[in-house]
Amino acid sequence: MSDKRLVYLDNSATTPVDPRVLEEMLPYFKDKFGNAASRNHRFGWVAEDAVDQARERIAKLLGADPREIIFTSGATEGVNLAIKGVANMYSRKGNHIITAKTEHKAVLDTCKALERQGIEVTYLDVNRQGLVDLDELRAAIKDTTILVAIMFANNEIGTIQPVKEIAKICAENKTLFFSDATQAVGKIPVDVKDMGIHILAFSGHKIYGPKGVGALYVSRKNPRVKLTAQIDGGGHERGMRSGTLNVPAIVGLGKACELAGEEMEAETVRLQALRDKIDRELLQMEEVVLNGAKESRLPQLTNISFKHVEGEGLMMTFNENIALSSGSACTSASLEPSYVLKALGLGDDLAHSSLRISLGRFTTEEDVDYAIERIRNGVNHMRSLSPIWEMYQEGIDLDSVEWSEH
Amino acid sequence: MAYSEKLLDHFKNPRNVGTLDKNKNTVGTGLVGAPECGDVMRLQIEVSEDGIIQEAKFKTFGCGSAIASSSLATEWLKGKSVDEAASIDNMAIVEELELPPVKIHCSVLAEDAIKAAIKDYQEKNAKA
Repeated sequence: MSDKRLVYLDNSATTPVDPRVLEEMLPYFKDKFGNAASRNHRFGWVAEDAVDQARERIAKLLGADPREIIFTSGATEGVNLAIKGVANMYSRKGNHIITAKTEHKAVLDTCKALERQGIEVTYLDVNRQGLVDLDELRAAIKDTTILVAIMFANNEIGTIQPVKEIAKICAENKTLFFSDATQAVGKIPVDVKDMGIHILAFSGHKIYGPKGVGALYVSRKNPRVKLTAQIDGGGHERGMRSGTLNVPAIVGLGKACELAGEEMEAETVRLQALRDKIDRELLQMEEVVLNGAKESRLPQLTNISFKHVEGEGLMMTFNENIALSSGSACTSASLEPSYVLKALGLGDDLAHSSLRISLGRFTTEEDVDYAIERIRNGVNHMRSLSPIWEMYQEGIDLDSVEWSEH
Repeated sequence: MAYSEKLLDHFKNPRNVGTLDKNKNTVGTGLVGAPECGDVMRLQIEVSEDGIIQEAKFKTFGCGSAIASSSLATEWLKGKSVDEAASIDNMAIVEELELPPVKIHCSVLAEDAIKAAIKDYQEKNAKA
């Protein structure tokens, strides 16, 4: 009898749209289909009201003013707008940006593109837990620095950066601070004013909202931040991002934020307990390593390396039933192992052996118990096929072996 | 990435997993790849007096394609003469398992493992 069970533990990749969010969105596909910029009739007013309400809901979740929320097509666009927007707008003030090696590709590739245009970028190292060194940051800031871009929480290992301290250093040096908070918003408290963040990006599809929509928070006061639009044509969103608003998706994003805010506290307790159970059970196994910061970490994510076993092979023992991610080269489009794990100073072999498990609103304890068992069995099976597991058991020091690479 | 039925079969039911005594003169051992690359294959052959491969065993640290490639290799090795075995070509593995382009290197590693095992066997027996 084949096991038809489906368990989704890859919520950091994307999440299902919450039925309540979908419900909220539907009218805006049907009779409330107006363009929010149609100022002169009911259809437009209804759409505009819906968008305003979404702005308020998002602002509330972030501790911001609704006028500081700009709608985008997602976090990647928000990141592009923030970084390129600052680089263009403040070009006379300077041309140096500081970021970190563990940022999402949206940030890294945007920085690389700006480097090709003459912007100087410093990529800070991180320590073994994935944390940025504050002294290194302080030392890196110079007269020409116009932006520090550090993500709130990492998507692969869940490490939460010391955002308040980073903001303080930026404020001392009168430098703008942008944070890609895609993995943090709706999961842990984010308060832009209290934390001193000037620009912040996130997307809908990580918090049970639809794909294709996100928001960028841009501070209006103390400091007043301006960004050069990357998309022109009509001057929507205070001239920062033109284009007809995706009203249904924006409504969905707003509702998703409202729900996230309401449910965050209880969900965090529930999910952290489940995540900690996974850690407890799996870290009991021999030759298993937790990657990232154990404490300063998202409550529903864990990244674990199972030594002497390769990630894609391991996943194949259960991926008809369980959805997860791995840092292995074989699972990436680029055939490179995870650069985030590499930046932690782990050997590539640990990256190849890693699994990322990210729980969500719809994850049950049964799901977790089932996953623990399948993963454990999978690891044991793959180790029985692994020559390096055999060598480890024989007491051979794998670092001393001369491998014949080809 | 959708793997072929044959590949999945080799992955779920790998043939000839195990270890031969590498100290025996009748055994050739090939160990190729490296942990940092995410691929390590150990292929062993046991050769009879008249040069026929009687037994072949493998163990692999690697993805589904790597495991399937090495499993298939051991199947093909059994019953062949050492010379025949040396002419096993990686593209035959690619065709049999329908390996996607990004996984062709797994078949190359399997071919390397076969050749390394043969070389080890021959070196041992040249001294004898």
